[in-house]
Amino acid sequence: MSRDVVIQLLYIVAFALFIYGLMGLTGPRTAVRGNWIAAAGMGVAVVATLLTPGMGNWWLILLGVAIGTAVGVPSAKQVKMTAMPQMVALFNGVGGGAVALIAWVEFRESHGFDGSPAHVAVASLFSAIVGSISFWGSLVAYGKLQEVITGRPVGIGRLQQPLNLVLLLASIAFAVVIIGGGDAQLLIIGLLVASAVLGVMVVLPIGGADMPVVISLLNALTGLSAAAMGLALDNTALIVAGMIVGASGTILTNLMAKAMNRSIPAIVAGGFGGGGSGTTQATG
Amino acid sequence: MLVQNLAILVLAGFVGFAVISKVPNTLHTPLMSGTNAIHGIVLLGGLIVAGLGAEGVLDKILLVIAIAFGTINVIGGFLVTDRMLSMFKAPGRAGGSKTNQKKEQR
Repeated sequence: MSRDVVIQLLYIVAFALFIYGLMGLTGPRTAVRGNWIAAAGMGVAVVATLLTPGMGNWWLILLGVAIGTAVGVPSAKQVKMTAMPQMVALFNGVGGGAVALIAWVEFRESHGFDGSPAHVAVASLFSAIVGSISFWGSLVAYGKLQEVITGRPVGIGRLQQPLNLVLLLASIAFAVVIIGGGDAQLLIIGLLVASAVLGVMVVLPIGGADMPVVISLLNALTGLSAAAMGLALDNTALIVAGMIVGASGTILTNLMAKAMNRSIPAIVAGGFGGGGSGTTQATG
Repeated sequence: MLVQNLAILVLAGFVGFAVISKVPNTLHTPLMSGTNAIHGIVLLGGLIVAGLGAEGVLDKILLVIAIAFGTINVIGGFLVTDRMLSMFKAPGRAGGSKTNQKKEQR
């Protein structure tokens, strides 16, 4: 019992550090310190979570953290300064992927949210959809900036928007069936695949120049999916940190779009609206 | 419990809005990278679900991947943000010469 209180208190320390760190990141003089303050908050949050009563599977946790460290540290240290934006896209993507995978495991462990409260199912499925969109969308953004995929807008013309709408509705339809009691594995896989294709289809038609704004948008989305995951798991740290990123990321996306004299709807819809001019510019 | 959590959610949203009001253009990308690192908090979700019992082999594999992804997001995110910010340091400060070199490379 008392250990739960300690965890909650440590979470409060972590939020304070996150918010203070973020405030620092908005000013040029305090930014470096702000970043490390936020990182310290993350350390506190992780330690607090490991104190949760009944924690087990230590080998799994250790293995996951070891793999993550072994991959994350060298790639962050070695990436060229000019390749930073795509690196951020990649890190954002794996965060979204983590959310989607956790939601998938939740589905499997609870046999299709059988007996879970409705809000747990809704929040988990929301985070699965958004996480999957963010993962695949970010991968495409990475590919475009790294020039693995052509930086030019790739689209299927007028059919793009109706197709995206169909994919979104399909993801939601899978979610509704699951909430309605469906527990077949194919349902959650269908949901993840439909939202994955949606993520790819939304980002593919966007030109390379608009990519930073798109990455920022996907970053905000991953934050929202983390907050939803927090609601599902009843974990305040996830709710607070996820939502702060969701909100601040949205504002930041707006600021970035404004600085480029673009609007977010115009960028996201860029594949068919301004696609023509974007193509000629990008080839130059 | 849900209502409390929703209250926290809404308040956190307003905090997020309030923190980011005025940001100089040059700090947009590092700030994006910093917030990106913070949503690596999804790592906690992986830790909780794995720690409180994952049964099947597939579930375990998926969770190891999820934890690895979360760790990459956190560690990579903060390191990359720090490297980006090192370009903005004032020349007079510690590590100034290094910073200038990096600027020239860019």
